Amino acid sequence: MGLTEAILLTIATAATPLLLAAIGELVVERSGVLNLGVEGMMIMGAVGGFGAAALTGNPWIGVIAAVAFGALTSLAFAFLTLSLAANQVATGLALTILGLGLSGLLGEPFIGKAGVKLPSLDLPFLTDIPLIGPLIFGQDPIFYVSIALIFGVTWFLFRTRHGLTLRSIGDNHVSAHALGIPVLRYRYLAVMFGGACAGLAGGHLSLVYTPQWVENMSAGRGWIALALVVFASWRPARVLAGAYLFGAVSIGQLHAQALGVAIPSQFLTALPYLATIIVLVLISQNIRMTLINTPAMLGRAFVPDR
Amino acid sequence: MKLELSKRSAPSIVMTYLSPLIGLSLALVAGAIMFMFLGKPPLQALYAYFIEPISELWSVHELLIKAAPLILMGAGLCVCYQSNNWNIGAEGQMIIGGMAGSALPVMFPEFSGPLVLPLMIVFGMLGGMLYAAIPALLKTRFKTNEILTSLMLVYVAQMILDWTVRGPWRNPEGLNFPETRRFDAFARIPEMLPADGRANFGFIIAIVVAILIWVLMSKTLKGFQVKVIGASPRAAKFAGFDAKHMVFFAFMLAGATAGLAGTIEVAGATGQLLPTISPGYGFTAIIVAFLGRLNPIGAIVAGLVLALTFLGGEAAQITIGVSDKAARVFQGLILFFVLACDTLILYRVRLIFGDKTAAKGAA
Repeated sequence: MGLTEAILLTIATAATPLLLAAIGELVVERSGVLNLGVEGMMIMGAVGGFGAAALTGNPWIGVIAAVAFGALTSLAFAFLTLSLAANQVATGLALTILGLGLSGLLGEPFIGKAGVKLPSLDLPFLTDIPLIGPLIFGQDPIFYVSIALIFGVTWFLFRTRHGLTLRSIGDNHVSAHALGIPVLRYRYLAVMFGGACAGLAGGHLSLVYTPQWVENMSAGRGWIALALVVFASWRPARVLAGAYLFGAVSIGQLHAQALGVAIPSQFLTALPYLATIIVLVLISQNIRMTLINTPAMLGRAFVPDR
Repeated sequence: MKLELSKRSAPSIVMTYLSPLIGLSLALVAGAIMFMFLGKPPLQALYAYFIEPISELWSVHELLIKAAPLILMGAGLCVCYQSNNWNIGAEGQMIIGGMAGSALPVMFPEFSGPLVLPLMIVFGMLGGMLYAAIPALLKTRFKTNEILTSLMLVYVAQMILDWTVRGPWRNPEGLNFPETRRFDAFARIPEMLPADGRANFGFIIAIVVAILIWVLMSKTLKGFQVKVIGASPRAAKFAGFDAKHMVFFAFMLAGATAGLAGTIEVAGATGQLLPTISPGYGFTAIIVAFLGRLNPIGAIVAGLVLALTFLGGEAAQITIGVSDKAARVFQGLILFFVLACDTLILYRVRLIFGDKTAAKGAA
């Protein structure tokens, strides 16, 4: 395998968790809910996935556990913000703090333990095609899920009745409620979908990216995913572009560190976070674009009247 | 069975004060359940967490050391959150503030005298203010989401600190350890009662600052503007209040408190700059602000409570062998339950059994 191939493959691996978490959050935000707890759900998915895989020896059970942990964690957020109409920003932060703490506690027995790596796809002949073989046919299974989700979510949001309903709730929950749409039920499902995606993203970190458990291993990726949703102005295809851009930046800085570029490693490590800020600034310039696509009810609580 | 919320005609005053207490109690119950799952006797664990640390004098001193940064930043964040500026980067502002506060004794160790400490405090506050001004500038100039930018800057600040302490500021006589030279006595905040424990005057500074911010918020026009802009941006606009100015004001005030907290940490407890200044005080301060009802006086009480979770976490690890990670869970639980109970302020909550029509008939 050549260096170009290796770099492209690792970019895909670095981009996949960002992509998964961002596409999940995109659906949540399209329904008008702002869940800032992506980081917390992701790290819970990572510890759940790693733990289940280490205990059973089966990475697939790890994947299922990661999804379940993410979705269950999001349920706590959903109950507070939807059933109790709590402040979404504060509750999202609480979810992140709680998730980071709880994952640290749950993951303690697994520190330093060897992980179980989810095997990459290996199709006879196809994977052996130079360059495109490993890129298209030789990735880990979660990579394919992430790509499928982009198409699936695009289709769901813009081509189905339920998707239209979901978007209408995000744009005006009062009118949607008046039309008899069960606003909170849609939002519960959206939040849990977002949690499942963030959990799977965490599972990708601890089962594929670095198959081991390290405390705080999500390292701000949940927040970058949140930024990606803004960057993408709530359009799924742009999430794909953004996630790969960020994957490229983080892999680029790793290679630069390995090559011994004369820039202190700390500044290279800070690069993805700085890039996030710069990209957010640039995208906020395009106010028309943002206004058209931002769900109007984003972050606002809804209490159904009787 | 379902929950039904009905809006109160006015926010309940009783619940404003009762809800953090209910939330705290529920967090304790949830914590006890957590200890049971960890195979530890729950009551003994809660005792180790919340009683043992304050039963000895030296330990109370440690509590005050940990409470000072939490109270300072909690009080500063109250102003941010009341004006709807979601600054979640206090951790980064504290780091940069701590670095700015250390610049004088690290770079000019020969400059000594009674002027050093006041200058350090001024530099520290300026450092925190300037770092907090970045998300404020991006929000006002480019409409960039301040939640994300302020948080991203935390990671950047951690890297800047790490590089500085390992690189240009490393102690030349320090055997290559990643730490700066130790500060001399003029650059240290004196201890209050050295005979009993380590607590320094940083705690007093924190209390005074919290009270000053309370005065600002409840007795001045500025405080009134903060509340109006937070509660109703439209009304604030009609009243002619400058929202952009407020973004800078709130961020830089919180940044100043965070910078002060960082300086107190390096000039007080540690006496030198290390690759990590804070075990997440800046994030815990968010909990302090909410538990304290976004009121600076409340932040004093809440800061002491959360300092206790840090201290109790260390104590419980030694006495009953609970992981110190449990403290973070506790902190998360506290914020979670307090936010849940805050619903009681604005709404009446009813549990409805059976289907909706039956419930209506019963009502």
